[in-house]
Amino acid sequence: MLVHSRKGRWSAWAIFLALFLPLFALPLLVIAVASFSTNWSGAFPSGFTSGHYEKAIRGASLQALTTSLLTAAAASVLALAAGGWAALAAHSLRSRGRRVLDALFMLPVAVPSVVVGLAVLVAFSKPPMLLNGTRWIVIIAHTILVTAFAYQSVSAAVKRLDPAYEQAAASLGARPAYVLWKVKLPLLLPSLNAAAGLCFALSMGELSATIMLYPPDWLPLPVSIYTATDRGSLFTGSALAVVLMGTTLLVLLGLSRIRTKATYR
Amino acid sequence: MSAPAMTAAAPAAGTRASGIRFEGVSVAYGDTVVLDSLDLTVEPGEVMALLGPSGSGKTTALRAVAGFVTPASGRVFIGDRDVTGLPPYKRGVGMVVQQYALFPHMKVEDNVAFGLKAQKAPRGEIGGRVAEALRMTGMDAYAGRYPRELSGGQQQRVAIARALAIQPDVLLLDEPLSALDAQLRAGMLAELARLHRELPDLSILYVTHDQVEALTLADRIAVMDKARLRDCGTPQELYRRPATEFTASFVGNANLLRVAVADGAASLDGTRLEVSGDVTGTEGTLCVRPHLVGLGDGPNALRGAVTGLQWRGSSHRVTVAVAGQEVTAEVRELRTPPGLGDEVTVHFAAEDAHLLPQGGALRG
Repeated sequence: MLVHSRKGRWSAWAIFLALFLPLFALPLLVIAVASFSTNWSGAFPSGFTSGHYEKAIRGASLQALTTSLLTAAAASVLALAAGGWAALAAHSLRSRGRRVLDALFMLPVAVPSVVVGLAVLVAFSKPPMLLNGTRWIVIIAHTILVTAFAYQSVSAAVKRLDPAYEQAAASLGARPAYVLWKVKLPLLLPSLNAAAGLCFALSMGELSATIMLYPPDWLPLPVSIYTATDRGSLFTGSALAVVLMGTTLLVLLGLSRIRTKATYR
Repeated sequence: MSAPAMTAAAPAAGTRASGIRFEGVSVAYGDTVVLDSLDLTVEPGEVMALLGPSGSGKTTALRAVAGFVTPASGRVFIGDRDVTGLPPYKRGVGMVVQQYALFPHMKVEDNVAFGLKAQKAPRGEIGGRVAEALRMTGMDAYAGRYPRELSGGQQQRVAIARALAIQPDVLLLDEPLSALDAQLRAGMLAELARLHRELPDLSILYVTHDQVEALTLADRIAVMDKARLRDCGTPQELYRRPATEFTASFVGNANLLRVAVADGAASLDGTRLEVSGDVTGTEGTLCVRPHLVGLGDGPNALRGAVTGLQWRGSSHRVTVAVAGQEVTAEVRELRTPPGLGDEVTVHFAAEDAHLLPQGGALRG
């Protein structure tokens, strides 16, 4: 504990709450309250209804939720495969090669996602790489955006992995592929799991690149929230936002419940 | 001991016994030489201890056999097979390291079966060989546990079982007991000795900085310092007749006295001393073990003032200054120990006083 006096501790809590409540908690609370209201003209909302939710979980909205879930799942799996592979490969490179690869995979983080969206749009709009107008262009953009995070978290985990495991396995006669499959990947599983959660959450909330790319039959939930609020249907938008938030949290919770044997180390 | 010419003798028909041979093996990281042209032979079935302080190159030598470091020059043989360029997984060595490196996500039996499965041993054989390896290390009751549920000593046994399960020609042990407490270590030493009696064909290269482990377990000890092999011989040879000052002080405690040499005897401060060893030349270094030095009159008596006194329960360590040099005697607990500054006489037998060879020529 950094602060020892009782008074100091109380003031630390007070500062924390003073910052946390208005910045983080209140906006979320407002959305939650708004999603149950029909009218908000005074200081407090009025007219309780669950009608927004009835709409939010059927028809086009449900379609949007499924689209978001599928996109996030696909992007996470692809990003984990590409980013994880690259991180493992980078580890066996010399330091210069590793730095180049590190920088390369940082690019999508450094470049604004609007730019990534535009780049993907331009790149895949002409034959033979004509993906514009299909769901794949959305998935590709999301994959590009989240791979950086997969690369980084797996890379950090690979660096922490004790080389003694790999060497013990090799001395027992295991070829590198066997070592990777039976020793390294299982030991990296907790980090891969965490990376998957991060990628999933990022993809679920992605809007700026998506909005430039989505075809009419592949409309993710953030886009429908945006269009709802754009139309002025704030309360419908709020209900959709709560659904998005809740679903993402549920998936993350589920992922964190997957305990691997290696977690017990 | 002279260099054995029949290195890695052809194994008798039907056995797979093979030793290890280093031929001028050097390893360097950048400009730092960590192993300097090592020539050493481990005979089939022999336990060779690589003994030295940290940074002496002993672990590098072991890792060169396992294939985790590539020699800048020289060759490494396992039996008659030149393994210098082979990847680790093709070498067929068992290895046990200080931190065990048991796979935490596998049960004990799966850890032990790992090498067999990796080498695609026939399915029907695996169970029996795993059980046998666990029996030999006394871990059969723990087959279904995870490594985290075992104590350090038990984990080390599993690591040894895992290495033995692949029935390696040679077993490499890298400071296998340093992570254990003193009591466990003594038990494991006895256990390793018993294992080797059970597997007489297995050659063992045992890296340690602990002279007790080396003296207890090894058939021969290779003493290393500053990337070089300094001395090699049986524990008795190294202890009784060390070839270099480094060996004398590193393998057991030693009094090292500068003496003048003349007429086949040494002299210190004008006192003639009957000694064994190399009595040529005009001066030399005399090595006497503290526990072989007695208090009171006797042959080779030297007189001096007491400069140090330590009570060690069953014994006293008395340090005496003789002509500016210190002689330590380790004697059975004294009823009336001398005080600091008292004049006492110490003595030792001629056969316990070993004059180091000139120039400290290397053996082995």
